Amino acid sequence: MIINHPLLGPRDAQEFTYLGDAALINRPDWTSENALREFHDYLHLRDNPAGEHRELWFHEQGDRSWLVVTRNTVTHEISKVELACDVARASGRSTGRDEGQVA
Amino acid sequence: MGYSGLRLIKEALTGHKGWGPQWRDASPQDAYDYVIIGGGGHGLATAYYLAKEFGGARIAVLEKGWIGGGNVGRNTTIIRSNYLLDGNEPFYEFSLKLWEGLEQDLNYNAMVSQRGILNLVHSDAQRDAARRRGNAMILNGSDAELLDVDGVRKMYPFLNFDNARFPIKGGLLHRRGGTVRHDAVAWGYARGADRRGVDIIQNCEVTGFRIEGGRVLGVETSRGYIKAGKVGVSVAGSSSRVMAQAGMRLPIESHVLQAFVSEGLKPFIPGVITYGAGHFYCSQSDKGGLVFGGDIDGYNSYAQRSNLPVVEDVIESGMSLIPGLGRARLLRGWGGIMDMSMDGSPYIDKTHIEGLYFNGGWCYGGFKATPAAGYCFAHLLKTDRPHDTAKAYRLDRFMTGHMIDEKGMGPQPNLH
Ligand SMILES: Cc1cc2nc3c(=O)[nH]c(=O)nc-3n(C[C@H](O)[C@H](O)[C@H](O)COP(=O)(O)OP(=O)(O)OC[C@H]3O[C@@H](n4cnc5c(N)ncnc54)[C@H](O)[C@@H]3O)c2cc1C
Repeated sequence: MIINHPLLGPRDAQEFTYLGDAALINRPDWTSENALREFHDYLHLRDNPAGEHRELWFHEQGDRSWLVVTRNTVTHEISKVELACDVARASGRSTGRDEGQVA
Repeated sequence: MGYSGLRLIKEALTGHKGWGPQWRDASPQDAYDYVIIGGGGHGLATAYYLAKEFGGARIAVLEKGWIGGGNVGRNTTIIRSNYLLDGNEPFYEFSLKLWEGLEQDLNYNAMVSQRGILNLVHSDAQRDAARRRGNAMILNGSDAELLDVDGVRKMYPFLNFDNARFPIKGGLLHRRGGTVRHDAVAWGYARGADRRGVDIIQNCEVTGFRIEGGRVLGVETSRGYIKAGKVGVSVAGSSSRVMAQAGMRLPIESHVLQAFVSEGLKPFIPGVITYGAGHFYCSQSDKGGLVFGGDIDGYNSYAQRSNLPVVEDVIESGMSLIPGLGRARLLRGWGGIMDMSMDGSPYIDKTHIEGLYFNGGWCYGGFKATPAAGYCFAHLLKTDRPHDTAKAYRLDRFMTGHMIDEKGMGPQPNLH
């Protein structure tokens, strides 16, 4: 598999390690009423679809950035690669700095 | 009609005309007491034990393709009872005991061969871990022997003992472990179930559940609607897809695992060897082919096929353990889809939907479990209570903090 890194161009998937479903970006709020149930589901339950899957890959043997790769789990075809930080910010999750500072 | 040496002679003398099919090609009835989804080893064993041990009435096994076309026909055929944790070891010991009597029970030659499994160790820490696991095995009625280097050398003189990075320091030998002819397990259970009246319905894909008021009433299939008293799902790598039809999300990811067979060679590996320093294990089939495999590919996949990076990784590991492997030619490789669970251990449990039961999450180790998984799932289906050896295999164990994590990896399926 070749992953087309948004900054570095096409790279062999062997340079990356795999974490799992990109939904892992959406960490639950630990102060919420249902935090226990939400963290259980977040950590342990998966959609695990046959078909399109958005997933987190880490460029361990490269620039060490996290990517969100949209890949078909039946054909292994990759249709989209984004920087995970862009995806996280677009979904309203900052990196801990306050909203105003996020470019 | 039963199989025996006498029968073989009789058939040989009369042109082998009396054999006949081993099971009927059943068509679906309108309703069953028990519908088992998935005609792999587990589904067929479940139907067999339901009919034989638990007096199950009308039973059907629904298989979307042909029986034995899934993981039961794709695995590397290893059976063993060498786990560490209390939630696991009694179950696998029960399974190994069932294997030991299986061929007589089924009247079927499944080529159960207790040729021994050797887990190699390469450091003091690994030896300590092996000793601890061996003791746990013995406490649970299994067998284990710790071998020193000389002991290993006597069994397998051709291994790479003095590798500078990963020297072989000994091994944990489990003599009752071994291999079984995997296809014959599917066929033997199918024949046994069929003879007890179970309908084995192939080319029948389940496409949905009919659920009303929190109770399952039946299943939609490619061959029409089938009413069911109770439904047991046992579909291995397809677990998430099938249970999604009942609105459930599972603690499971699907990953591909590959295996390989070399050309036929003269016998030189009498048992099963597992490498402690790389992803590689190997045995030799009765036809002479080396059967070996390694790790899962490591990312979600439903593609039942081989993939080059892991081929390279497995064969590198193999060469570093058995240098002579480099002289053998590879005949073929293939892949199967693993239902990887969140702690590396399986589920045999009821769901929150009345009448719907689930067996899955077997990772790459469900073949050895086939007899006990079938027995325990049948027990649960019939009595609504878990079998004593399978009571830890709960779907809600992550909520209650009772995970069974043999390797201590945490909820990261590609690391188990
Ligand atoms: C390469 C490889 C090596 C392995 N090595 C070992 C080993 O050495 N030892 C060991 O213990 N285990 C091993 N395993 C794991 C073991 O094979 C599996 O855990 C076990 O076979 C799973 O149970 P099963 O036999 O019921 O699965 P399967 O044979 O996969 O049965 C599931 C069935 O469900 C059917 N199905 C799916 N969806 C539907 C639907 N919607 N409707 C109807 N039917 C459906 C499928 O077609 C399939 O036939 C290995 C697996 C692989 C792939």
